Amino acid sequence: MDKVNVEKQKIFRSNLITFGMVIAAYIVVEVMMKTGNITSLLKGLLVPLCIYSILAVSLNLVVGISGELSLGHAGFMCIGAFTSATWSMLMKSSSMPEGIRFFFAILIGAVSAAFFGFLIGIPVLRLKGDYLAIVTLAFGEIIKNLVNALYFGVDAKGPHFSLEDSMHLNMDGGTIIIKGAQGITGAPKNSNFTIGVILLLIALFIVLNLINSRTGRAIMAIRDNRIAAESVGLNITKYKLLAFTISAAIAGVGGVLYAHNLSSLQALPKNFGYNQSIMILVFVVMGGIGNIRGSVIAAVVLTLLPELLRGLSDYRMLIYAVVLIFMMLFTSAPAFMQYRERIMTALHGKNKGGKEMD
Amino acid sequence: MMSFISYLLNGLSLGSVYAIIALGYTMVYGIAKMLNFAHGDILMVGGYTAFIALNSMGLPIPVAVLVSMAVCTLLGITIEKVAYKPLRQANSLSVLITAIGVSYLLQNLAQLIFSANPKSFSSFVPLKPVKLAGGQLTISGETIVTIVTCIIIVTGLVTFINKTKAGQAMLAVSEDKGAATLMGVDVNGTISMTFAIGSALAAIGGILLCSAYPTLTPTTGAMPGIKAFVAAVLGGIGSIPGAFIGGIILGVLENLAKAYISSKLSDAIVFSVLIIVLLVKPTGILGKKIMEKV
Repeated sequence: MDKVNVEKQKIFRSNLITFGMVIAAYIVVEVMMKTGNITSLLKGLLVPLCIYSILAVSLNLVVGISGELSLGHAGFMCIGAFTSATWSMLMKSSSMPEGIRFFFAILIGAVSAAFFGFLIGIPVLRLKGDYLAIVTLAFGEIIKNLVNALYFGVDAKGPHFSLEDSMHLNMDGGTIIIKGAQGITGAPKNSNFTIGVILLLIALFIVLNLINSRTGRAIMAIRDNRIAAESVGLNITKYKLLAFTISAAIAGVGGVLYAHNLSSLQALPKNFGYNQSIMILVFVVMGGIGNIRGSVIAAVVLTLLPELLRGLSDYRMLIYAVVLIFMMLFTSAPAFMQYRERIMTALHGKNKGGKEMD
Repeated sequence: MMSFISYLLNGLSLGSVYAIIALGYTMVYGIAKMLNFAHGDILMVGGYTAFIALNSMGLPIPVAVLVSMAVCTLLGITIEKVAYKPLRQANSLSVLITAIGVSYLLQNLAQLIFSANPKSFSSFVPLKPVKLAGGQLTISGETIVTIVTCIIIVTGLVTFINKTKAGQAMLAVSEDKGAATLMGVDVNGTISMTFAIGSALAAIGGILLCSAYPTLTPTTGAMPGIKAFVAAVLGGIGSIPGAFIGGIILGVLENLAKAYISSKLSDAIVFSVLIIVLLVKPTGILGKKIMEKV
């Protein structure tokens, strides 16, 4: 019984560190902003840092905790972004207070992304490993492709949809909100650093609580040994779907932040394509698969890295690529791991290296 | 009717390019059990090498093709030795991320050397278009050469794997690495050879792709790479005839969807077909069923 308590305390402390880290970073940045010690470049990166941290945390739930490789996370972000921006555009001229409108935007983004996550999850989660990866990638691309072709407008008679062009909407006056490849222009800029950090903390709270609950242990049991988990009566589909849906909802919230941070929203390959999904996966793997705190740290470091290297202009992405390869070799290659172990033993004497500090 | 045949032929040609690239994907997957995300970028390197060999160095076309193949082969082997081999025992996600890193590296190197501005690639196919049915149907030289090359490559590869000792070694390694080692198969050599063949094929694929769609940029290989990956999975990843069938289906489907349904939604249609096929046959059209042991 004591052992359980010690374990619980350990988890509690670890979670506290994670929240403390985010709050401390927030306070530091706020102080820097108040005293004017912040470059405009960094200022512009604050919301994206929150967005990527949220996305990394959400993907880690699928990849790390549920053990499924998903390459379509940007698709959920896309859904969250477009549904919430549409809502904000519709309500822009109404008398609804801005705060409440944005609150509902976040809710709508999360719920619609969760809905699609659920819908996609039912068939997709039957597949395994690399097949699952390619199908999620395909879904991400389909979503991006459809959004790019979608025209949506509202007039007195109600909403109009078209996959052709704005002429096919048959609008009677009214406003066109989504203009195909041009996307949505003029969504209100409601995202800011404070809201981003609050949403990140909520995402962390949800995911960390889930992991340390009965449900979370069931999900991890399925990851570790599906057949054994099934034989003790766990409903595989239910738990996998649950993790996938929650993850999609959180990714949708990331999309909401993204949509309300820019004045124009378009579904481009670089923001909602598979490249973005891969980028998020890189954060998750670099931070440590299944390590939620690591995801946040990796997302922040790897988003800042190319910007900090901006002075090297053309070489920055090259350096980024080299760093990526070497980090992977250094942390995962058996030969390097032995080497590292030896250094650690040499440094700490008998202590076997303790926690790794990558 | 004539326009349908024309779309179909263009689809076959594009499908052949996908098939050639998919062969590399599928072979590497079969033997190293890894998704080589950098494969599409090797194709791009092949394109640039051929471009330089032909336009800057003035080499004759066959020599330029060989140079491009040689460079890609070398590149493929080097990448495997430096980036993938140390991670052979590590989990598959680390290798995937390393492959992504290699992909970024190649793209950005190409951008540094050649700049992001597109190069206009002059066709490697000296054949004149063939006119049929009284000029109603024109088949470009590129289409013919691409389809023929693909067929030659697939038959050659199947023969190589089934009839030669090296090919049998590849099969053995892909089936069971440990047992193959015990039987005296040089596993490292076989894996290197697989990467070499795959990369040389990528070079050919790159040249044919750029001959048909003559713009060359550092990201030229990205989308065809992904499509070829889809083709390989569609046909059953690890299977050579599967990669061929998957590539052809994908190319034809993409062109017909573009022509008859919607040019904007062709990608969505192609990916939807992949999903439907995988839901019906979870390991692809020609994929083997994996038995699960408790």
